[in-house]
Amino acid sequence: MAMSDEIRLRFEISGDDFTRAGEASSSVKKELKKLGIDPQAVRKVAIAMYEGEINMVIHANGGAIDVVIHPDCIDMILKDNGPGIENVALAMQEGYSTAPDNVRSLGFGAGMGLPNMKKYTDEMQIETERGVGTTVTMKVHI
Amino acid sequence: MTVRDIQEILHATVISGEEHTDREVHTACGSDMMSDVLAFVKDQSVLLTGLVNPQVVRTADMMDMVCIVFVRGKQPDEAIVRLAESRDIVLMNTNLRMFTACGLLYDRGLRGGNDGNE
Ligand SMILES: Nc1ncnc2c1ncn2[C@@H]1O[C@H](COP(=O)(O)OP(=O)(O)OP(=O)(O)O)[C@@H](O)[C@H]1O
Ligand SMILES: [Mg+2]
Repeated sequence: MAMSDEIRLRFEISGDDFTRAGEASSSVKKELKKLGIDPQAVRKVAIAMYEGEINMVIHANGGAIDVVIHPDCIDMILKDNGPGIENVALAMQEGYSTAPDNVRSLGFGAGMGLPNMKKYTDEMQIETERGVGTTVTMKVHI
Repeated sequence: MTVRDIQEILHATVISGEEHTDREVHTACGSDMMSDVLAFVKDQSVLLTGLVNPQVVRTADMMDMVCIVFVRGKQPDEAIVRLAESRDIVLMNTNLRMFTACGLLYDRGLRGGNDGNE
């Protein structure tokens, strides 16, 4: 890729079909592999985006994800119009979860997603407003 | 060991991905919480679980795992099987329970991987 080149991908995430949660992350992973991007970077993007995509579905009734592939990094912007996060510092703590029991019976809701997203990315920001929505921005260096 | 060895040790039935059973595997993890798999697993290539939904396959896919073993005789539906096939992930099931299945594999040399205690 030349320095000016970038690839943009956009996904609409449905909020009412848990079985499809992760499809966007899966196609991004495939695309990155196809581009020959370092497998370690691909794994980081895949895990962080998947956690974020699942969060959108279980906590925010869906949203949209933009992925921008630059020659030296990958940006992910996850935007939803969900309830927002009341206390981000608390939400970032391992083990903090407001997920109901039905989410736990699907294998999620351990309160590990946000800290895991932070762990696997080089930069992460959360902008959120109660009743308006949440935007999570993440960057992984290649 | 290979995926085929896992099938034999657990008296498991291969549901799909038969053509990938010669793959080498060194480490495994057992969990019904995909959150924990995503957060704590590093390079494990086999997932043993009692949970059956498409997110099990997606989680394994994100972690680059090669094989999923459903314990307690759990049977994935057609959509799950197709998803696993498209990701080249072997699916199998065993009637054994989680503890026993993990124990048998551990006894035969499969390890938990980078958890700091081995
Ligand atoms: N997009 C979002 N919109 C609203 N609330 C969110 C969003 N993402 C996370 N949260 C809140 O932050 C909490 C912590 O999120 P985190 O991803 O760490 O854990 P979890 O989703 O509850 O469980 P896990 O990720 O382990 O399956 C959630 O329980 C929820 O209250
Ligand atoms: Mg989460």
